[in-house]
Amino acid sequence: MFEIRIHSRGGQGGVTASRLVALAAIHDGKYATACVFYSPQRRGAPVISFVRIDDFPVRIYSHIQNPDLVVILDKGLLETVDVFQKLKKGGKILINSSEGKIFPGFSSSHADLTQIAHRERLVVAGYLILNTPLLGALARMGVVSLDSARKAIREMFPDPRNIRAAEAAYREMSP
Amino acid sequence: MKIPEEEYLLKCTAACAGCSDSLTLRYVLKAAGPDTVLVVPACCTSVIQGAYPYTAFNLTVVNIAFAAAAACASGMSEALRALGRKTHVIVYAGDGGTLDIGIQSLSGAFERGTDFLYICYDNEAYGNTGMQRSGGTPLGARTTTTPMGKRHQKKDIDAIVAAHDPPFMATACPAYPRDLFQKVRNALTFRGPSFIHVLAPCPPGWRFPPEKSVEMGKLAVKTGMWVLYERRHGKLSLSAPSKTALKNPAPLEEYLSPQGRFEGMDGADIEALKRHISENLLKLASEEAKG
Amino acid sequence: MKTIATGNKAVAEAVQQARPAVIAAYPITPQTAIIEQIAKAVSSGTLNSRFISVESEHSAMAACIGASLTGVRTFTATSSQGLLYMHEMTNWAAGSRLPIVMANVNRAVAPGWNIWADHTDALQERDTGWLQVYAGSVQEAYDAVLMAFPIAEHEDVLLPVMVNLDGFALSHIFQPLETVEVGDFIAPLHLPHAIDTRDPAGYGVLTGPESYFKFRWDIERSMRDSVNVIQSVQEDFSRRFGRSYGFTEDYLCSDAEVVVMAMGTLGKEAEIAVDLLRVEGIKAGSMRLRWLRPFPELNLAGREVVVIDRSYSFGFGGVLATSVRSRIKREVYSVIAGLGGQEVSYEDIAGFVRRRCIGREDWFGVNGHV
Repeated sequence: MFEIRIHSRGGQGGVTASRLVALAAIHDGKYATACVFYSPQRRGAPVISFVRIDDFPVRIYSHIQNPDLVVILDKGLLETVDVFQKLKKGGKILINSSEGKIFPGFSSSHADLTQIAHRERLVVAGYLILNTPLLGALARMGVVSLDSARKAIREMFPDPRNIRAAEAAYREMSP
Repeated sequence: MKIPEEEYLLKCTAACAGCSDSLTLRYVLKAAGPDTVLVVPACCTSVIQGAYPYTAFNLTVVNIAFAAAAACASGMSEALRALGRKTHVIVYAGDGGTLDIGIQSLSGAFERGTDFLYICYDNEAYGNTGMQRSGGTPLGARTTTTPMGKRHQKKDIDAIVAAHDPPFMATACPAYPRDLFQKVRNALTFRGPSFIHVLAPCPPGWRFPPEKSVEMGKLAVKTGMWVLYERRHGKLSLSAPSKTALKNPAPLEEYLSPQGRFEGMDGADIEALKRHISENLLKLASEEAKG
Repeated sequence: MKTIATGNKAVAEAVQQARPAVIAAYPITPQTAIIEQIAKAVSSGTLNSRFISVESEHSAMAACIGASLTGVRTFTATSSQGLLYMHEMTNWAAGSRLPIVMANVNRAVAPGWNIWADHTDALQERDTGWLQVYAGSVQEAYDAVLMAFPIAEHEDVLLPVMVNLDGFALSHIFQPLETVEVGDFIAPLHLPHAIDTRDPAGYGVLTGPESYFKFRWDIERSMRDSVNVIQSVQEDFSRRFGRSYGFTEDYLCSDAEVVVMAMGTLGKEAEIAVDLLRVEGIKAGSMRLRWLRPFPELNLAGREVVVIDRSYSFGFGGVLATSVRSRIKREVYSVIAGLGGQEVSYEDIAGFVRRRCIGREDWFGVNGHV
């Protein structure tokens, strides 16, 4: 089983990101579940979402203890939230950032999702949409296939800017 | 206007002698006819039907919890219309189940434009449980929970209902049965929520002899303590007996003194009631004049 | 059709298949998505139902009762405080013998305000005459709602059915869902005592001491008859749609020496605890209770039993633990865990089994307990 924890702020699309990833994984022929740790929601508050991908039905409902991958959509969270809590040794990190950062013991990647979202004018109610480009980055990391990523995005967000953003992230992110 | 002969209230109800509720319901049902469902929350009418396995009401009656009449009627009305049926849905509730515990569901049903008629027969206290005060009890009246006379004015449920802009609302009293009958008929011609507030003089509760119920009703209207009118889409028209009362209202004491519940009423309270009555009459008269 | 959905969305999808004529509901976290989906389907014309946005949960059930009495299918959904507010009317619905179906998203009871999974709300309804089933997955939530209608509406039952799903843990989790074309699995409703103004009758009238108890016995008789109805509806479902359900979901119980019992998502996650324990050489099994009412016979002979309760009956014990104990007529190990959404993982569950002490009750997270 592959477990992903996504850290974001309310309004950035972290919740939907988890659903997109799960949907793409299902298109890859896997079983996937996605959920969020909910507090009464406010825009701007830290949010944690979870994705579990496996070849067999996932029967776990409790929080992910030791993720394989941690995704940080808002790098400001690095200062206020323990985003790497219990990340597996040698686990992966993906940060939405224009520059890479080294985190000893883990394998870190970055993708400038914010810039890509800006470029594609992916904005809703003043917030940049980061989840569709995120899916492209995750495809590049091999979490889901690019083909399934496209399928999932088309199903949930047919506006073509979304697929373009995902493909851009796939191309541009650091490996 | 011919009032049908058929009776839907059979003999041997469990009502008190001189019960205005029964008198009112008799005319309501004649006006509505058999294709009617009466929705009855906890109130005197729940008991007047009699006990299983018999019922004294020869029509479909759905008894429901105290707070829930208008909500139950809401669901029933929607379902009947979905089935293409024109059955009248009539809530028949006391003042407790309307002004107090029932007000939430009443307001919701009216705000949603529910197609039904809500009739509140008002004996100005919780009659079924032994005459405790309700929001409908007038200033100065003694009840078992206001032994020295109620300190607050009667809740103006008509103004509250009017604020929901129903297509039709009216006030009535079984002392004027033709007027009541006609108002029910009128209400049932409107689609959407209608409301009829009926004063129901109550011999054991108000403490007067049972044969005087009709007389009390007439005195209430003649003194202006109770005003008979209709509102169609908000437009007011006073009914004839109240038009007369307006010109020359009878002294309030004529209404108060035969009733044990007003015995020993404070002079200041009587004055307050008189002021309230004349202000109300003037307000209604000028509203109608502006028309 | 294969898709992905949250528990709430799955419930809403199933309701649309059942096509109730009237839906009356009031929003409460974490149920809101159910009624929002339904409202959307009604306003877009996909679902030809009347949706009444009532002003309270008490009114929601009252409206369902009014509608149901005319003989049409009805549905509502609520949670926690809403269910509590509805309590007078849930009693009225069962007593009126109406086949109302309600989804309840299990949530803790205030004070303090807590929006997370807890079974206290539904368990406080256990005496009302409602049938109750608890789902362990999004697919099961969908299937359980579909099955609820033919069960409730069966002439031997005519009692309302509550389908429970854990707040957030199941209501908001995204899982694969296979939807079906229900066809004639849900037959048209025929309510024998529906109102008929051509043949008038009084409903819910004054019923004296010489008669009232007979109606209460009638409810219990139907509750007992519902066992066979549930079985046959579940079998019919399995034949048509390929997914089988029982009164419990048993995992590795046949050769188990200790069985852990729970309801809802904890009951599902317990299977992983069982896998862990088996690797350690402990012959564990899990039995997830699906039907709380009617409470089923339990096949637990010769096994130690660990019961996890997501609720408590103060001054007495965990509701499930005390129920199981009285059913199997011997002691169990009772663990109170998961109240108010308290995190309980498969590791914790495995720990309960390892440290079990038959005859003892422990509150997870309380000093001096587990």
